[in-house]
Amino acid sequence: MAAKLILRDKEYEVRPGMTLLDALKKSNILPESIIATRAGEMILEDEILKDNDVIKLIAVISGG
Amino acid sequence: MRQHKLALCKEHYLVWVPEQTERFIKKYDMFSHDERVLVAVSGGKDSLSLWDILVRLGYQADGLYIGLGIDGGIGYSSESQRLSQEFADAHSQTLHVVDVEKEYGQPIPVLAERTHRGFGKPCAVCGLTKRHVMNRIARDLGYDVLATGHNLDDEAAVLFGNTLVWEGSYLLRQGPVLPESPGLARKVKPLCRFYEREMTAYAIARGIEYIYEECPFAEGSTSIYYKEILNQLETARPGAKLTFYLRFLEARRNGLFREDEKAIRNLHPCPNCEQPTSAPGLCSFCRMIEKVDQSEILGE
Repeated sequence: MAAKLILRDKEYEVRPGMTLLDALKKSNILPESIIATRAGEMILEDEILKDNDVIKLIAVISGG
Repeated sequence: MRQHKLALCKEHYLVWVPEQTERFIKKYDMFSHDERVLVAVSGGKDSLSLWDILVRLGYQADGLYIGLGIDGGIGYSSESQRLSQEFADAHSQTLHVVDVEKEYGQPIPVLAERTHRGFGKPCAVCGLTKRHVMNRIARDLGYDVLATGHNLDDEAAVLFGNTLVWEGSYLLRQGPVLPESPGLARKVKPLCRFYEREMTAYAIARGIEYIYEECPFAEGSTSIYYKEILNQLETARPGAKLTFYLRFLEARRNGLFREDEKAIRNLHPCPNCEQPTSAPGLCSFCRMIEKVDQSEILGE
């Protein structure tokens, strides 16, 4: 029973039932640094994660 | 968008971003619909989104892509050029392409290596080259203004870095508009008040295909480090980045920083490219190219 966050080549397993914001905090990912998508659609930080959810996180920081 | 206390659906978000951009263009007196805009396009989310927005707003905006010759095992430059060209073709827009290796003999990584600039990283040479080429093309092709896709996070990170060491002359020049001066095209940053996250959301919602991979040389860069620090601040205090930038603009407008008159008087046209420089003789860019040419003659 888990939901999955994917950021570049890293995967984080989180407990379903928590919000995306809490899942990000638990995984030490700054909400400001990503956009979250589920099945290609953007989702907000207060979205409740469900079992077997696969959330793709798109890094927003660029520049050199 | 916690900093604005605003939540929008996709459809309204795609209307809100161009509306806000138009508001910033007018507020900072960047350019008018009668003027020709050259958009510096890198293939990334910000510059392609800026081009998309300006076209949607009905501005006369052409693109400029500078081929840097960076591969990094992922074909970084060729892929970003492909995406820029695809965008131009799909929207029936004109894209000017300048290939650094074809024009100046070597790609950016080799120019950096030959000139020993940047302590093993070509970022300083890349920045110098891009500034030179953007200004040259804007002036040579008669554009009224050069627009770049710098977003609020870019601006806040630069401001943070310059504030840490009180770089007065850089602080004085940072802003949404750098006015035209002899030899230098007007430069504008219409996205300077949008968060990087907002621009990513715009690119995704608009279905803009952009290069997701970071420049191979950007890893571990100071600007990314500053962005991460500022994002920690933003997470704890929503709106912190925007306030930092806007209050800086206000302080500058109120005379917090003073122009160094001596530095202005010392500007003169480079005898080779005619772009203004404060260095005696050739400008930094032409000196760099001269050094590379000499190293080739000497077989270094």
